[in-house]
Amino acid sequence: MRTIPFLIICLAVGAAVFAGAIASGNDYLFFAGYVVMQYIVLATAWNILGGYCGYVNFGTAGFFGIGAYVTVAIHQWHPLPIPLLVLIGGVVSAVIGYGMGYLTLRLRGAFFAIATLALAVVLETLVVNWDYVGGSRGAYIVRPEAIAPFGSYIRYMFMIMMLLAVAALTVARLVERSRLGYGLATIRDDELAAEAAGVPTLRLKLIATTISGALMGMAGAPFPYYIGYLQPDSTFGFDYAVNAIAMSLIGGTTSWVGPLIGAVLLGSLQQLATVTISSAVNLLIVGLLLVFFVIVAPNGILGLIHKYWQHKSDDFVGRRRVDLEAAAPAPAADGAPGAPP
Amino acid sequence: MSDLLEVANLGKRFGGFVALDNIALSVRAGERLGLIGPNGSGKSTLVNCICGTLRNEQGSVRFDGRVIDGLPAHRRTRLGLARSFQLPRPFVSLSLMDNVRIPLLYTVEARGAHRAGAAIDDHCHRLLREVGLEAKARALPRDLTQVEMRKLELARAMAAEPKLLIADEAMAGLTHSEIEDILALLVRLNEQGVTVILIEHIMRAVMSFSRRLVVLVSGRKIADGLPEEVMRDPEVERAYLGQ
Repeated sequence: MRTIPFLIICLAVGAAVFAGAIASGNDYLFFAGYVVMQYIVLATAWNILGGYCGYVNFGTAGFFGIGAYVTVAIHQWHPLPIPLLVLIGGVVSAVIGYGMGYLTLRLRGAFFAIATLALAVVLETLVVNWDYVGGSRGAYIVRPEAIAPFGSYIRYMFMIMMLLAVAALTVARLVERSRLGYGLATIRDDELAAEAAGVPTLRLKLIATTISGALMGMAGAPFPYYIGYLQPDSTFGFDYAVNAIAMSLIGGTTSWVGPLIGAVLLGSLQQLATVTISSAVNLLIVGLLLVFFVIVAPNGILGLIHKYWQHKSDDFVGRRRVDLEAAAPAPAADGAPGAPP
Repeated sequence: MSDLLEVANLGKRFGGFVALDNIALSVRAGERLGLIGPNGSGKSTLVNCICGTLRNEQGSVRFDGRVIDGLPAHRRTRLGLARSFQLPRPFVSLSLMDNVRIPLLYTVEARGAHRAGAAIDDHCHRLLREVGLEAKARALPRDLTQVEMRKLELARAMAAEPKLLIADEAMAGLTHSEIEDILALLVRLNEQGVTVILIEHIMRAVMSFSRRLVVLVSGRKIADGLPEEVMRDPEVERAYLGQ
């Protein structure tokens, strides 16, 4: 399928969801749906670096927070329309994503993950000490009651976040099927071999970090208007990172569909639990589901589907069927004992 | 003929351990060079320094008339310097087709050939056919046997359309007939104009393939010349058989 038809289908699905929510007559659906859409963007963004390229980023909250606090800073100066704020948030976090990538992408595995975690902490510390955006007291942003032609403001925000989700999925799908996607897959599999095959690994990783960071920042930009009271502690909270990772892993990391499935599933479950039980159950759900999936389906729901398909037809071989065992790192090149002549 | 590869005073240390000591080596275009030496003599380190996987602290490497010191590995591959790894390192999540497609996309296309997807597909098939893996084009590397894995490794190196191919122990652990297969492949490549450096422990293979033989011992080059003469060299004998 080409990109344009894909985009049209996405927009049609989005319009249907939007119409359905309006038909229900319950504005709470928009509040809950906003969060689910936000997680589609975050998980998809995470997956571009974490899934396609194999670099686990724990700094999701950092980028999300940049987007949110750029909005706060701009709001303090002069309120701008949200779409514009999304763009600005995206640009700023893209720049920070590039910078972070440049500083950390020479690290691998756990070291890279720790560095990204540190990024979120550094950014939070900066914001806490920046009085203009409220510092540790937090910042209040009063969102307008209504906006034409949507009626209530939350419908407008839901719409924006949904368009952002469509954009994120389209970008992820484009990346996946392009030369860039192939290159990222080789980096995930074996970086040395990728270099030897002519893949400019550092450059591709920087591109992935920049795209991923930009999307995360864009997801964060409307957040102050949604939440009303923004506090550094929760904005840079670990939840975003854990959720984005969990959603991608549960859905499946090798394709754009995975984070979508994971975010819709986990995001809806969390929203349901928040209403019916308590908001504290959220992370418990994530934890239990993660344990379940690690044991039962280490390649996520997509992995399960592929397995099922393989049983159906043995000669079907997916292009990106990844097995955790097969993806285990190869031993070092020079460790092999060769027979002496 | 001019020198395609010229290694001068190359030195590499790992901490206090001298892995390569003042290596000088020139390879002319179209040559078939064998590189041998006991385990730990620095053969793979030399390959890694030539190909940019490791940085040499001392000396310089010239390839095709330009100094390539400091260039990252992928730039060297684009210049025409391809290598296979001692232990096969396939891209495990990609099919065989896509494994050979990578160097096509990132090396050959990057040199300026802009072909349609179908033409690249054909090229991938042709490369796999050349190493006898066409039937498994859609399979994943984990479905391959050892020898097929090594063939894939070679096919991927060939896909980059190199001027110089370095085959790092492409034959370890293979049977006689499998070795013949790979040797025939390398000879064919060489006849097409590709310069080949063969690193190998299996002397029968090295002796039948090489037109020139270089011996490394403890990071030093101790012999360089016609294979028969090198093998008669008392210093080489001493290194291999002890005194």
